[in-house]
Amino acid sequence: MGKIVGGVTTSHIPAIGNAIANELFEDPYWKPFFDGYPKAREWLAEVKPDVAIVVYNDHGLNFFLDKMPTFSVGAAFEYENKDEGWGLNPLPPYPGDPELSWHIINSLVNDEFDICSCQEMAVDHGFTVPMALLWPDQTQRPVRTIPVAVNTVQHPLPTPARCLKLGEAIGRAVASYPKDLKVVVLGTGGLSHQLDGERAGFINKDFDLMCLEKIVDEPEALAKYSIHDLVRLAGAQGAELILWLIMRGALGKTVSKIHSNYHIPISNTGAGLLVLQSAA
Amino acid sequence: MASPAGQEPIPGTTIFDGRMAMKGYALNKMCYSFNEAAARQEFLADEEAYCAKFGLSDEQRTAIRDRNALALLAAGGNIYYLAKFVGMLGLNVQDIGAQQTGMTVEDFKAKLKAAGN
Repeated sequence: MGKIVGGVTTSHIPAIGNAIANELFEDPYWKPFFDGYPKAREWLAEVKPDVAIVVYNDHGLNFFLDKMPTFSVGAAFEYENKDEGWGLNPLPPYPGDPELSWHIINSLVNDEFDICSCQEMAVDHGFTVPMALLWPDQTQRPVRTIPVAVNTVQHPLPTPARCLKLGEAIGRAVASYPKDLKVVVLGTGGLSHQLDGERAGFINKDFDLMCLEKIVDEPEALAKYSIHDLVRLAGAQGAELILWLIMRGALGKTVSKIHSNYHIPISNTGAGLLVLQSAA
Repeated sequence: MASPAGQEPIPGTTIFDGRMAMKGYALNKMCYSFNEAAARQEFLADEEAYCAKFGLSDEQRTAIRDRNALALLAAGGNIYYLAKFVGMLGLNVQDIGAQQTGMTVEDFKAKLKAAGN
């Protein structure tokens, strides 16, 4: 049987990718951020997941406004990272698990989540930065991956309540997979930040800390917000909290918190990390 | 400060909804093309011709020429596609944040840092 062993949430700011490339782990600006990750890696080394379902948002690498699916699930043998316009060297490709992907796709649609399936899907920093933070060695790919991309580019965005329910449906899909397999779910992005407009640089520490607490045992409290509430309280891009809610929904009712870290600022963002283990 | 009907506007924030996505389509399509190195070179070699190729409006062309982030947003630009344009110019989100808020980059960074206190 498929089993979700837990989840990790982490910010996915592109500047982190540059900092990793330049090995700024001990740099005073970066150290309080990077110091949060060894414990997350230790937990992953213990639970040894076979597959990571990576919930992220595409920032205009794979999807354009000509076709903007709300929820997309990768169903490829491999996912390529590509130049996002900044001329950085792409990271090596990520192996997929198309058999599990199609099981999830079938299960979700049967569960009335009419997602878009993708046999080709280029993954950007929203996917690669969390993977690099959790599995730094780029010469190895110890887990297979299934990207789940959520539209956070063009409103209307899916509601937080819908995202929590999608996560629950992903949890049911994995639980009904006939093969023995351990799955970790990554919820990426957030926490509060706003890049655009006269309000650029908006960060809301109190709201972020509240989210880090509530998402553990009371995700329903966060699912009550509207997208407009999230933009107001967490900034235009802080609406990425919906990706965390998908992760949380997939973990089931009861989880235990293994580790968390929060640091301001990384680039323009309140950077949050949370490791949650599902009940046995 | 545009918000969808029935929702309280959020100061300094434009919700990128269908109306803005239609307005900014040509501009965003051009910026999306900058994922390709060849497109970036073509733009830098002749900006006006490249804008014309994508059918940008006069408002959008002026905003591109002026490297004016607020004007690009008002012309329907989406921050994720605009990030490819500004990245090509060697600017990061702090530079653009400072420009949009009328602050120096140092003051903008200090403001971000102060949010952690």
